[in-house]
Amino acid sequence: MTRPMSGPTVELESDKCVASGQCVVAAMQVFDQDDDGIAILLDERPAPALLDDVREAVAVCPAAAIRLVER
Amino acid sequence: MADTLTGPVPEVPDAIPEFPMPRAARCPLDPPPALRDLQERAPLTKVRLRDGSEPWLVTRYADQRALLGDPRVSADTDSPGYPSKAGPEGGEGKLSFIMMDDPEHARLRRMVTAPFAVKRVEALRPAVQRIVDDLIDGLLAGPAPVDLVEEFALPVPSLVICELLGVPYDDHAFFQDNTRTMVHRDATPEQRGRAAREVAGYLSALIGRRIADPREDLLSGIAARVTAGEIDHGQATEMALLLLIAGHETTANMIALGTLALLRHPDQLALLRESDDPGLVTSAVEELLRYLHITHLGRRRAVTEDIEIGGRLLRAGEGVIMVNEVANRDPEVFPDPDRLDLTRDARRHVAFGFGVHQCLGQPLARMELQVVYGTLYRRIPTLSLACSPDDVRFKHDAFIYGVHSLPVAW
Ligand code: HEM
Ligand code: SF4
Repeated sequence: MTRPMSGPTVELESDKCVASGQCVVAAMQVFDQDDDGIAILLDERPAPALLDDVREAVAVCPAAAIRLVER
Repeated sequence: MADTLTGPVPEVPDAIPEFPMPRAARCPLDPPPALRDLQERAPLTKVRLRDGSEPWLVTRYADQRALLGDPRVSADTDSPGYPSKAGPEGGEGKLSFIMMDDPEHARLRRMVTAPFAVKRVEALRPAVQRIVDDLIDGLLAGPAPVDLVEEFALPVPSLVICELLGVPYDDHAFFQDNTRTMVHRDATPEQRGRAAREVAGYLSALIGRRIADPREDLLSGIAARVTAGEIDHGQATEMALLLLIAGHETTANMIALGTLALLRHPDQLALLRESDDPGLVTSAVEELLRYLHITHLGRRRAVTEDIEIGGRLLRAGEGVIMVNEVANRDPEVFPDPDRLDLTRDARRHVAFGFGVHQCLGQPLARMELQVVYGTLYRRIPTLSLACSPDDVRFKHDAFIYGVHSLPVAW
């Protein structure tokens, strides 16, 4: 899978994160958790094939900490 | 039918309905019909509680998520207007951060998030599989029928929490005996109270030992916060107790009620047992969480600043109750919501709540249920109910919905 030069960008506000882990379950290739369980972004510009998973993560995040900015 | 019943439905019900509402006798796995009715015609309405107070009841999925995600609601039971859960089981104890607001809630919650990270929980899967297999070995070696609640559903989360907290193996029997009494249907309030104090005393002492001699477990993590001066020993004990209590009856009731639901839907049970798609167990767990919803008294909050939502004004000082079980049956989000369909995509359910208090233990709960649902019915394919379906007693009055006992044979 090649990494797109443009396309939607994922934004994560980690200070809002409550460590539910939902984003990791929804999109394992895009999100992980740090040593305290707080979400970290692995890939700001995910390949198109991953975007549905990212949208699911946005929908299930209980803290509204994730956004997918379509450009 | 009389004209008055078929005419236009009034937007607001005439009288203030009582909450909680009864489930239909024939449909103990469905939300109360009155809740579905309100969801359709008065999704934001006042209800009357046993103590006479009149909080708002929010029944639609979108409204519930919006309110649970809103910082203008408080989970603190001391906030003016907080809808009391006190009922036949007595008052509600305040336990650590579940009944606090940010920033203190966030500060304390973050101290214990690490072990619930998805990958850390995944590392516990073999241990949980062993616990489940050992318990099933025990069932198969003994006589049938047995009470699945007593012999399987309650021991699973109790042993898993021992594993997670780092309770030494030699103390498992003590721990299991007392946690069992804490939630036992036949225990008197005094017996439950004594068992809870025993467990609290035990956890407090164990935290003391971990302060002196830290290991790689969750209690050592909490102990380190005491050493660092971030919390005191009492707060640490409360936190450990919250983790124990929040994950015990909830998971147990999902196991027993989930089994009953599957026995009542043999086609779905067969699908789960016979499918070789590993994704099916995962989606079955989400669907059963959506379908059953055991925390039936609702997420409760107090409004701290006026909020406008759905054409209504919720005023500061009013209470608000979000019954997630009826949101999980909202047809706007889940087509044909009353059908149990293990293959549907149910991931957006709110069985773990929503907002900053969303269940901290959910990765663990999911993994435990995946192991249980993925193992029990395969290892005991002839599992069946050993009493008449009419004799199953449901916990209508309990904080957590479920069955008192589930006699099964094979
Ligand atoms: C299937 C099993 C479970 C269900 C259905 C469930 C459900 C819930 C719900 C609905 C809440 C939100 C409460 C609120 O918003 O007022 C919650 C919170 C919580 N749960 Fe669970 N839970 C389960 C298992 C567990 C387990 C296994 C643990 C830990 C071992 C756990 C620990 C917690 C904690 C600590 C909170 C408080 C979070 C906070 O206030 O920030 N739960 N749970
Ligand atoms: S879903 Fe949201 S709250 Fe949960 S871990 Fe991811 S960013 Fe944090």
